[in-house]
Amino acid sequence: MVLNDFLHLMPLLILVVASLIIMLVISVKRHHKIVYIITLLSLIAAFASLFEIGETEPYHISPLFVIDGFGLFYMGMILLSSLFVAMLSYAYFEQREERKEEYYILHILATLGACVLVISKHFAGLFLGLEVLSVSLYALVAYLRSREKSDEAGIKYLILAAMSSAFLLFGMALVYAMSGSMGFYEIGLYLSVSQEVPLILLIGFGMMIVGVGFKLGVVPFHMWTPDVYEGAPAPVTAFIATVSKGGVVALLIRFFIQTGGFEYPTLVLIFTIIAIASMLAGNILALMQTNVKRILAYSSIAHLGYILVAFLAGNALGVEAVTFYLVAYFITSLGAFGIITLLSDEERDAEQLEDYRGLLWRRPWSAAAFTGMLLSLAGIPLTAGFVGKFYILAAGVRTDLWLLVIMLALNSVIGLYYYIKIIAVMFSQANVSRERQALHPSAYLVSGITIALLAILLVYVGVYPTGLMQMIENLMLSINAPAL
Amino acid sequence: MILLWIIVLLMAGGILAWIAGRVNDMLPRWISLLVILAALAISVWLWMADPVTALTPKGPWIVHLRIPWIPQWGVGFDLALDGLSLLMLLLTFLLGALAVLVSWNEIYTKVGFFHFNLLWVLAGITGVFLTMDLFLFYFFWEVMLIPMYFLIGIWGHENRIYAAYKFFIFTQASGLLMLLSILSLYFIHGSQTGVYTFNYFELLGTSFSPAVGMWLMFGFLAAFLVKLPVVPFHSWLPDAHSQAPTAGSVILAGLLLKTGAYGLLRFVLPFFPDAAQEFAPWAMLLGVIGILYGAVLAYSQTDLKRLVAYTSVSHMGFVILGVFAFNELALQGVVMQMITHGLSTGALFILAGFLYDRIHTRNIEKMGGFWATAPKMGVIALVFVMASLGLPGLGNFIAEFLTLIGSWQANNWLTVFATIGIVLATAYSLRILKKVYYGRNLTDHLIHDLSAREMLIMVPMVVLLLWLGLFPQTVIETVAPSINEQLQAYRNVPEKRTLSLEQPKSITQPLDSLSQPKPEGGAYGLK
Repeated sequence: MVLNDFLHLMPLLILVVASLIIMLVISVKRHHKIVYIITLLSLIAAFASLFEIGETEPYHISPLFVIDGFGLFYMGMILLSSLFVAMLSYAYFEQREERKEEYYILHILATLGACVLVISKHFAGLFLGLEVLSVSLYALVAYLRSREKSDEAGIKYLILAAMSSAFLLFGMALVYAMSGSMGFYEIGLYLSVSQEVPLILLIGFGMMIVGVGFKLGVVPFHMWTPDVYEGAPAPVTAFIATVSKGGVVALLIRFFIQTGGFEYPTLVLIFTIIAIASMLAGNILALMQTNVKRILAYSSIAHLGYILVAFLAGNALGVEAVTFYLVAYFITSLGAFGIITLLSDEERDAEQLEDYRGLLWRRPWSAAAFTGMLLSLAGIPLTAGFVGKFYILAAGVRTDLWLLVIMLALNSVIGLYYYIKIIAVMFSQANVSRERQALHPSAYLVSGITIALLAILLVYVGVYPTGLMQMIENLMLSINAPAL
Repeated sequence: MILLWIIVLLMAGGILAWIAGRVNDMLPRWISLLVILAALAISVWLWMADPVTALTPKGPWIVHLRIPWIPQWGVGFDLALDGLSLLMLLLTFLLGALAVLVSWNEIYTKVGFFHFNLLWVLAGITGVFLTMDLFLFYFFWEVMLIPMYFLIGIWGHENRIYAAYKFFIFTQASGLLMLLSILSLYFIHGSQTGVYTFNYFELLGTSFSPAVGMWLMFGFLAAFLVKLPVVPFHSWLPDAHSQAPTAGSVILAGLLLKTGAYGLLRFVLPFFPDAAQEFAPWAMLLGVIGILYGAVLAYSQTDLKRLVAYTSVSHMGFVILGVFAFNELALQGVVMQMITHGLSTGALFILAGFLYDRIHTRNIEKMGGFWATAPKMGVIALVFVMASLGLPGLGNFIAEFLTLIGSWQANNWLTVFATIGIVLATAYSLRILKKVYYGRNLTDHLIHDLSAREMLIMVPMVVLLLWLGLFPQTVIETVAPSINEQLQAYRNVPEKRTLSLEQPKSITQPLDSLSQPKPEGGAYGLK
């Protein structure tokens, strides 16, 4: 480790130090606001340190990590999303009686895990990141432990995640046994020289897909998604939907590009089936739900399917499309769960469809923002989701993935139904108006600002995507990819 | 820039109206009325300032605006105005202003939000009529859906949510198929020329194998035929039209349907000449089926608004019949039909709205004998009913007559059947008059005659319809250059085909255009 290594790992180090500081602060005095402010500052500092690194030349910290434009961009996304989630958390946890402070430690650690994930180029780094992320999430999901559903979700997530980790480990072991290395690039080299892919290696890949697929929540590994989304506290759900899934997608892209995974028809076929199944299952299962968090859970399954369509395009355009779509999806998901967080009270989260009846007339701004988020999920113009969907379709059409593209179009229409169902409920007449501002209005200020920011971003990216696209294109140049 | 300002004006006016709605209910009405009148004034000014005639040397484009938007993809904010778009704009703002006036005494809840939606629908429609960039076209195509969905879903009649869903899902699904076609067109053009762009004029030159052309055309047709609507895809229309508030019905029937017809003229005809010619007999057949089917169903309705909705299906059959006849007469008929149908059907929906206002039902079985107490309304209804059945002297006659002459040249038998449709039109149109205005008044309601505001709405429409019927030349002259342009590819001689590919490019920057230098954006493309 030389000094330069430390400089390049600065975002991670800041997060580690921040979690330690918070722990010490708690041992001296429990104070929600102080811990909250430390969290925000550390996340901002970690984000700012990315600009300090800001170079597109890949920097290798052998053998585990590589810090390149791709990694930096995804780290930036993760840190920003994490910041937004943290900003939303204050008002949410302030009105709940549990001990609130440890939440922030776990939150920072989970962010750290996701950041490690996106810069790792080695199985060890991968597993390290994934486990830091997962273990923090076990606790986060069950954080409101006095609630039944939270417990259920936590245990479900724990058992399934642990099992998927086992699969992943076993898969990695098999790959290592055959190829003799754990670095992505070296595995790629091994694959490119070997005439035929050995069966054991394929089994290894298959098992890794199980592990990764679980984290992504794609069909057939999606069973946990609705329950966990429903049971976890709303900010944690936002975190799972964005940071956790985004990190794994980034990992998947890096792994596939560096090992040249797109050249193996078997793998492509498996992912094609997963993509189609996810789109269909996610959208169709969402149709019948009356719980908004569950609807969003199923919709996230479908959206991961969409992302896989662009991912399968396998060229630079595809990677750009995935990245762009993820940005749009991050903004949208954070916004949607942010609204849920904002409307929740101490008894339960605002998750029933009925809670939203007449929202447009009771709280026009929240409802307008939520409408915007839902329309973005449905891919309607003027929102980021539209450009994202356009990007994905373009990537798919470009590489003639007609089956996938048509499935995507079909599914968008199915998806439309349940998104506008929520919108329709929001503008129908209110017969009950629950007033439940438990806290002083100023507590909601930060949440309000967060959602306003997200809404502005949503429209900005939707109307003027050029800036973001330019940025993504430049960064993608840095990812060294034999497959491109 | 003037074109951009029209759209910005409408959108800004919408937001202003929404905010003003919090202050009081009158303000949004006045704001939207003034905004739409301003837009109308701008379009009239454009018309007067630069009268288009067939002899204009610089081609059909009056104004052209080009701003790069997403240069990486070759997407530009391209707006252009020719005779066809100009007429459509005039219609848009005229009906828009009427829609505001109609809602004056109809909408009392959430007035601000209502006018926001109204203005945004109009903005989307304006965009559709003006844009010369396919990405932007799809963008506006979708932009007009959401506010329309709200208009139906919030202020509609009893079954509004269902109707709104149906409308939204039908149009969205078909729109996505068009998007796929647009994207394929983009990549095919890009791989042929190395220039990745969504620009209409550049894409015009794209050539492809017949099979590919057919599939691409079906993508576009999906969107336009659903919107028009053509018979197997029409089932959203009666629901949406009958459940929408009056202003919504007027905009749906008068404008939204026309975007489908406009799309056929502007995109399908010039992009896919071969495929279109191959598909023409089937398209004309669908048109004739639509004419007859719509007429028969219209005759058997008891819901007044549903009845009028089915007459739209019937009338729109003429549009597709004319479009796929590929000759100038027929297309002139189509454009006339778009305008006159917008006026006459819009007026019938407004009348249905007036009746609903008075007796709170749309069931014509419960009406009758209204002439006695409301003679003015009766006379006006008579005019529009006559227009709907194609009485000479009124605009619709010219439209249908031209269409039929044109389509006769293309296909005799189908034209014969289409003409039978006019006979059926007489039947259902007179049935409206008989059931509603003649006979015995079954209700004990006292029917007020039209008020001054209502007369202010109806009289200009009567005058316009008469004017279009007696002096159609104005419209025909205005639209002639653009029709010629769309038909370039069909002037049968093969070598002319290449000419048609060249010509649009030279037209993109007329001497006095307001355009900016052509951006280099397309060059990167999507790699």
